[in-house]
Amino acid sequence: MTPDLMREGAARRAAYEARRASMPPRAARGGFGRPLQHLEPVFTQGVALYVEDVTVSFDGFKALNALSLTVNAGELRCIIGPNGAGKTTMMDCITGKTRPDSGKLTFGSNIDLLRLNEPEIATAGIGRKFQKPTVYERLTVLDNLAMSLAGPRSVRASLFGHQNGAESARLDELLTLIELKPAAFREAGTLSHGQKQWLEIGMLLAQDPKLLLLDEPVAGMTDEETERTAELFLSLEGRHSLVVVEHDMKFVGTLAGQHRKVTVLHEGSVLAEGRLADVQADERVVEVYLGR
Amino acid sequence: MSRPRDPNGGDRTGQREGVPAGAATSAVPAGPGLLLPRTALLSARGWTAVAAALLVMVLGVPVAHLVVPEGHALHLSAHHVGLFGKILCYAICALAMDLIWGYAGILSLGHGLFFALGGYAMGMYLMREIGSDGQYRMPMPDFMVFLNWKEFPWHWAFSDSFAFQMAMVVVVPGLLAFVFGFFAFRSRIKGVYFSIITQALTFAAMLLFFRNETGFGGNNGFTDFKRILGVPLNTPQMRVFLCVLSGVVLVGFFLIGRALVHSRFGRVLQAVRDAESRVMFSGYDPVAYKLAIWTISAVMCGVAGALYVPQVGIINPSEMSPAASIEIAIWAAVGGRGTLVGPIVGAFFVNGAKSWFTAAAPEVWLFFLGALFIAVTLFLPRGLVGLWELAMARVTGRGAAEPPPAPVAPAQPSASGASSTASAAPSATAAPGAAAPREAKGQVA
Repeated sequence: MTPDLMREGAARRAAYEARRASMPPRAARGGFGRPLQHLEPVFTQGVALYVEDVTVSFDGFKALNALSLTVNAGELRCIIGPNGAGKTTMMDCITGKTRPDSGKLTFGSNIDLLRLNEPEIATAGIGRKFQKPTVYERLTVLDNLAMSLAGPRSVRASLFGHQNGAESARLDELLTLIELKPAAFREAGTLSHGQKQWLEIGMLLAQDPKLLLLDEPVAGMTDEETERTAELFLSLEGRHSLVVVEHDMKFVGTLAGQHRKVTVLHEGSVLAEGRLADVQADERVVEVYLGR
Repeated sequence: MSRPRDPNGGDRTGQREGVPAGAATSAVPAGPGLLLPRTALLSARGWTAVAAALLVMVLGVPVAHLVVPEGHALHLSAHHVGLFGKILCYAICALAMDLIWGYAGILSLGHGLFFALGGYAMGMYLMREIGSDGQYRMPMPDFMVFLNWKEFPWHWAFSDSFAFQMAMVVVVPGLLAFVFGFFAFRSRIKGVYFSIITQALTFAAMLLFFRNETGFGGNNGFTDFKRILGVPLNTPQMRVFLCVLSGVVLVGFFLIGRALVHSRFGRVLQAVRDAESRVMFSGYDPVAYKLAIWTISAVMCGVAGALYVPQVGIINPSEMSPAASIEIAIWAAVGGRGTLVGPIVGAFFVNGAKSWFTAAAPEVWLFFLGALFIAVTLFLPRGLVGLWELAMARVTGRGAAEPPPAPVAPAQPSASGASSTASAAPSATAAPGAAAPREAKGQVA
C-alpha cells in the first residue's frame, strides 16, 4: 500500500459516506441495489448492446436498413460483410457520430445512446478503434496512453490533476501488454503501422470500456502481430464485450472458434447470424461474397 | 544507467548524447518510477534564460535610457524604448495566437479585435484622465464636444474608474471570446471556416467602431492622452515603466502559457489538434477545451492592447482591420508554431525588420513581408525556431533533425548500439533523431 493509494481509498470511502448521508432514507436502508451513477450502464439482463430497427440513409442510399442485433455482456462478436454493408456506419451510430433516421440504440438495459453525444457515450463505457489507426502523432506513446486513462475529463481536472501511483502502475502494465515499453518516450507519429494499431488498442483498454468496438483492428499487421492481437482479444472476452469488424477471414476464424457467434451484414441489415461454420455454409452468404 | 556502453571509449560520446532527457530515458526500459509525470516547468537553462530576460528588462532598459547619457553608444533613445515596448505588446499577441493556433490548431484571424478591445478599454480611461486639458478645454473628451454631446453615453458610465476599466480590459475580450467561441465550437465550426468567421467578426467590429454614434471616437479613435492615475505619460520615467511592465507581463504570460501546455490540459489541446475524433471517443469534450484556451488567448491579447495604447498614444479602428489580425498570425508562423519562444522571436524579427525597412526602404517592405511569409510556409514549417534547431543539430553532429528520421538509423549502430540486442536497437537508434530535437526545444521553450 503506497501512501497515495491509502489516501485514495480514504477519499473514496469519505465520498461514499457523504453520498450515503445525502441519499433519501429509503434508498439508504435498502439492503440490495444502489443508486446508479450518471451514465452507468446496467448489464443484469445479460445484454450489453441493443440495436433495434436502426435505419440511416445518406441522400437516399440506405447505409443501414432496419438493422437489429444484440450483443451480450462479455461476448466477443465478429461482424463480417462485403464493402458497403454498413459495418462502419453501424459503429458511427453507436458512438454518436452519426444520428440514425429511425430506430433505437440502447447500452446495457438503461442507457439510450441517442440522447448522448460522443464524449458522453465514451464516458458511459463504449470505446472505439478506428479503421485507420488514430493516435496523437505529436505526443509520446506514454502521453497517448496517459490521456486515455479512465478518470475525470474536465478542463479543471486536466489543469490541476496529478498522475497518481495507481495510474503509473496501470500505464506500465499497458505498455507491457502492447509491447511498446521500449518506445514509451517516442513520438507516436514515428511508430510503424502495426505499432500504431496496438497503441490505439492500448488507449482503448486504458479507458477501461465495457464495450469495445474494433473496426478492422488487424489491417496492416504482420501475421505474427495478427496472431497476438487475436490472443489479446480472446483474453478480454468475459471482462469486456467486444464487437470486431474484420475482413481477414483467418483472423475471424481464430476469434470465432467453434462456438462464438458471427454476424454477416449485407446492404445495411443482418443477412445471417450463427457459428462461423454454419454461416460460411449459408447459401445467401456465399452468394453475397462470391456471386455478383 | 543500464544503457549498454560501447567498450572502446564510446562511453563519452554516449554520455554526451544522453544529455537530453528524452534520448536517455527512451533507451532504458522504463520501470514504473520513470512513468511518473515530468515535473519541472522549465529546465535549468530555461529558467536562466527567463531570469536573464527579466534582468535585461527591469535593469537594462531603465539604465540604458535614463542613466547612460545621450550620445553614448549604449544609450537607448526614446524612440527605441517606445519601439521595444510596442514590440513586446505584439509579442504577447503572438504568444496568445500560438496558444490557440500552434497548440490547439485553431487559426484565428480575428485576434486584432481582442487586442483593440483591450486597447479601447484602456483608452476610455485615458480619455477621462485628460479632464479639461483637451483642445476645447471642456470636461468631456474632445470628440464628444465636437459631436455636441451633453452627457456621457451609458457605456462610459464608470470609465473614470481605473479599477473598473482595467477589469474591462479582461472582461470585454474574454466575454466576447467566450460567447463567440461557445457558439462556434458547439456548432463544430473548424479550420478555414472558423478563420473566415473570426475575420468577419473583426471586420464587422471595425465598421461598428468607425461610426461616430458608437461613442468610441469614430475613425479618429482616442488620442492626445495626458496622464494615467494622475501621472503624466510623456516622461522618460513613464515610458520606461510601461516598457518594463510590458516585458514583465510578457514573461508572466510566457510562464502561464508554459504551465498550460505542460499540464494534461496542454496535451489534450495537442490531441485535439492532431485527432479530434479520437479525443471525443476518449470521453473528452473538445468544446470545453477549445473554449478555455480560446478565451485565455483573447484575454492575453486584450491585456497586450491595454499596455500598447498608453505607449503608442493612440487607438483607432484600424487596429481591428483584417490585415492587423493576419499580421499576428504571420508573427507566430515566422517564429515557429507549437513552441512558446517561437512567436516571441517572430514578433521581434518581423517588427524589427518592419521598422528598419520602413525607414531605409519603405517601398520594399511589403514585398519583403510577402516573400518572408512564402519562404516560411514553403521551407520552414516550424519557423525560425525550427531553423535554429536544425542548425544546432547540424553543428552538434546529431544528423538531420526530425522530418526524415531514416538517415539517422544507419549511422547510429556503429556509434553506440554495437552491443545492444536486436530488439532494443530500433528504439535506441530512432530516439536521438526523433526525441532529441523536441527535447532540446523543450529546454528553450
